[in-house]
Amino acid sequence: MQKRSHPEIREAVAKLCAEFGGSYWRALDEKRQYPTEFISALSAAGYLSILIPEEYGGSGQPLSAACAVLEEIQYAGCNGSSCHAQMYIMGTLLRHGNEEQKQRYLPKVASGELRLQAFGVTEPSSGTDTTRIRTSAEKHDDHYIVNGSKVWISRTEHSDLMLLLVRTTPREECAKRTDGMSVLLVDLREALADGLTIKPIRTMMNHSSTELFFDDVPVPADNLIGEEGKGFRYILDGMNAERILIAAECVGDARYFIERAAAYASEREVFGGPIGQNQGIQFPIARAYTQMRAADALVSQAIELFDSGEPCGSEANMAKMVASEASWFAGDTCIQTHGGYGFAEEYDIERKFRETRLYQVAPISTNLILSHVATHELGMPKSF
Amino acid sequence: MKVLVAVKRVVDYNVKVRPKSDGSDVDINNVKMSINPFCEIAVEEAIRLKEAGVAEEIIAVSIGGAQVQEQIRTALALGADRGIHVQTEDSLEPLEIARLLKSILDKEEPTLVITGKQSIDGDNNQTGQMLAALAGIPQGTFASEITIEGDHISVIREVDGGLQTVKLSLPAVVTTDLRLNEPRYASLPNIMKAKKKPLDVFTPEELGVELSNHIDLVEVEPPPDRQAGIKVDDVDALVDKLKNEAKVI
Repeated sequence: MQKRSHPEIREAVAKLCAEFGGSYWRALDEKRQYPTEFISALSAAGYLSILIPEEYGGSGQPLSAACAVLEEIQYAGCNGSSCHAQMYIMGTLLRHGNEEQKQRYLPKVASGELRLQAFGVTEPSSGTDTTRIRTSAEKHDDHYIVNGSKVWISRTEHSDLMLLLVRTTPREECAKRTDGMSVLLVDLREALADGLTIKPIRTMMNHSSTELFFDDVPVPADNLIGEEGKGFRYILDGMNAERILIAAECVGDARYFIERAAAYASEREVFGGPIGQNQGIQFPIARAYTQMRAADALVSQAIELFDSGEPCGSEANMAKMVASEASWFAGDTCIQTHGGYGFAEEYDIERKFRETRLYQVAPISTNLILSHVATHELGMPKSF
Repeated sequence: MKVLVAVKRVVDYNVKVRPKSDGSDVDINNVKMSINPFCEIAVEEAIRLKEAGVAEEIIAVSIGGAQVQEQIRTALALGADRGIHVQTEDSLEPLEIARLLKSILDKEEPTLVITGKQSIDGDNNQTGQMLAALAGIPQGTFASEITIEGDHISVIREVDGGLQTVKLSLPAVVTTDLRLNEPRYASLPNIMKAKKKPLDVFTPEELGVELSNHIDLVEVEPPPDRQAGIKVDDVDALVDKLKNEAKVI
């Protein structure tokens, strides 16, 4: 058995997750409901404030500890996508917000009283070409007026605050296309009463994704994070943490699938023996395990760089890509091993299979990672 | 009052154990280890006594190799105040464990000792009773409810066919049954605090206990494979088989 980091945290998370078994998630999945009780339990036990410094009410743990939490959540068959953002979105506020903003919000985010787990970047017309966002914020005295729309924004219906990337200067008026964007901290409760519309998007898994429409929504100028026009850089430096955390989730998913597949293959008897003695069944599971271990090694490497403050853009990206592919292959193998039962809802495998597919697309799609690796690691010409 | 809880490191209850190929013992290589579930219930009960303002200090003690400190830390993360590790690599029988615990009792003089009724590895169900006998104090075994009443403790025991309530003078030993409580999971801040809580290490020699051995483990074998069932044609055939073949009615 592989030695894993933070065993005491993993053990406690596993115990918490054991109270939220398959039937809990299946019921939510069917109705596309949010796992409120699960999130409350995680918040109360302090796991979602794991990265918030102690002076603001969190535990001030390194990213490695947060990764251990999310990996165990996924490994236990739960779905961390409903809460992982509460861990890391505050990073932008922590690194670039002023002291007054941090004092006002972080302790409440740490206690779970305020949910800051929505991040509005993607737009219908710009996708990953972030510099072409059109949502604008125009300054009027002590507030901004926001207009535009966002899409694929997760958890806005289950968040009190949202970080929003807007253009404060049109692209054409900027020296660099990455200039002129700013980050606003939007109080969703106030915005909903004053021009914001949230429209849920039903997807193939229970993910609480939404579309947002801003119609002259006022946001106090005090809620600008950092300096006006530098927002793009602020969001970029939060992305490494997000990618590494999600890569750790994928490792957890892969472990879930592999353990299920190996156990079923060893027990299920057809033609007078366990199906797992057939190498046609056995080898894909062994391959999935090997891929999971490779992904885990890359994730560990990225974590180590991140936690020691080294640049880790490529490592975070590569870890996310390899881990998301490992979890997908493990999921596919798990279904194949289970035959018809793999499709039965009560086995939970099809649900996890749908859920883990997301991570080859979000928070960044595989092609964009390959493009990053080709241009940054290999020095090849950029295609865009 | 001071409460001493004993925690044992055992193979996790979710793990399907297998004998070693030579049958000399259960194979615990690469197997997940945890606190014995009954010991976890003991820790939980002590924490509840502390939360109720009855207990002031909880000491978690474990006996074994260096790795048992993991289980002591888990108990500390759940809410115990300090730990004692009795370091020995020997595989100990219940009497020796009870003798070591007795030496801790002499040292710490707790008002209440809570242990699991048995550990899920050896299933001996002896240590708590032996400890009470060695210490010359009363015992309330298989507890499903306890109440401290001044210098006494009332223990509701799960016995065959019902419940029995006994009142013991303190200090006393209580062993836990499954229904005493449902243990909590540790919160992250408490896991972090546990790392800084004191944990003293003693050897049996330092405690003045000379270990001896009266029991040898001869062989371990897995239960026989379950046989496939059969379908019977009617109720009469079923009754006949139950009566004459299975001999259960």
